[in-house]
Amino acid sequence: MKTLRQIAAFGLIACASLSAHAHRQFLLPSATVVSGNSPWITVDAAAASNVFEFDHVALNLTPLQITAPDGSLIKAENLFTGHFRSSFDVPLVQTGSYKISLVSDALMASYKENGEQKRWRGNAADLAKALPANATDVQVSQRSSRVETIVTNGKPGGKALEPGKRGLELSVITHPNDLVAGENASFRLLLDGKPAANAKVELIAGGLRYRQQLNSENYTTDADGKFSVNWKQPGMYWLAAEVKDNQGATPPATVRVASYVLTLEVLPQ
Amino acid sequence: MRSLLPFAITSLLGTQAIAVQAAEMSIKVEVPKLNVAEYHKPYVAIWIEKPDQSFAGNLAVWYDLKKKNNEGTKWLKDLRQWWRRSGRELDMPVDGLSGATRTTGEHSLSFSGDKGVLASLPAGNYQLMVEAAREGGGREVVKLPFQWQAKGEQALTAHGSSELGTIAINIK
Repeated sequence: MKTLRQIAAFGLIACASLSAHAHRQFLLPSATVVSGNSPWITVDAAAASNVFEFDHVALNLTPLQITAPDGSLIKAENLFTGHFRSSFDVPLVQTGSYKISLVSDALMASYKENGEQKRWRGNAADLAKALPANATDVQVSQRSSRVETIVTNGKPGGKALEPGKRGLELSVITHPNDLVAGENASFRLLLDGKPAANAKVELIAGGLRYRQQLNSENYTTDADGKFSVNWKQPGMYWLAAEVKDNQGATPPATVRVASYVLTLEVLPQ
Repeated sequence: MRSLLPFAITSLLGTQAIAVQAAEMSIKVEVPKLNVAEYHKPYVAIWIEKPDQSFAGNLAVWYDLKKKNNEGTKWLKDLRQWWRRSGRELDMPVDGLSGATRTTGEHSLSFSGDKGVLASLPAGNYQLMVEAAREGGGREVVKLPFQWQAKGEQALTAHGSSELGTIAINIK
């Protein structure tokens, strides 16, 4: 019990340097707008310094969830994990929009044992067991993250894009597979199903290797959780948002960092 | 005699109405000869847009409809503007709309004003849209503004620069 009290007391200052971890996670689909008879797409999953380039590490596909237009979960085919990237195929048998997500929700604890700094990551249920009895300076935070992309076979629509009620998620205003250079698009972010106001959003265009500057764009969601983007160039874009709060944290964590990453494709006129 | 008079007026008005609607639209689409090693005949969509770019109606879609299991539909999304405005709503092939891809040269199409899309098209300004996408090649959209149910004959042309040649429309 003492341990848990300590955890609660120190939870608030946990993860002060979260945004400092530089590797950007992404799911990169081979196409986002497809047509025809049961077309297939292939998707790469990696974390990299430069978005959509394979320069760091493959992502674990265990938390992969693919939601079909009818709302059912479907299986990926031909899963592979290499040095720099994981990869899988998705047959798009139904028409409509598919949501492809890596979903994780974990507690992070840092503590000292006999003066030595230690870290732990795992489920809430395992935390009490994982911490040694003599742990001090215990700090616990919760990290809930979604790394997603959305693809459409035929007409955009269906149940896959209906948001759940947990963590940071996208609620569709402009359909993510209806983005064209020169036009505006609006998006809404939800935190636990409610508009995520004042969330910081970062947007980076792919192809960084072929330009000199990062040229990232920053947005902040309004009271309704909304923000708008004007697409200047066609291409793949990496959109990331993060919110930190102490309302939605699973005890004993007192702070929760909810992050959301979405890969978008903007087509030319 | 008295009873015949209203009938005569009605039929006279009726004739006028038909005369306006019987406008005929002829379209010429040139598929240019390209000096490339591997040539595939382009997919082409021809449709009508309102001045605000909203969709008004389809005239023709040429694609590879002879492939087994309707596999030619895989590339329809490359007609990007048409796909977004209309194609993705359709279950191809559509009777009276789908056609096989055409070889290089000038292709003539004619549409009767009292049939299909044109029969229900209100008078006003529109754009004829012609989009071509070629497997292993490029894509081009040519727009040609016209007036529907304007007085007199209209003969208009526009020119593509890569995947399309001369586009002509004649309405009378």
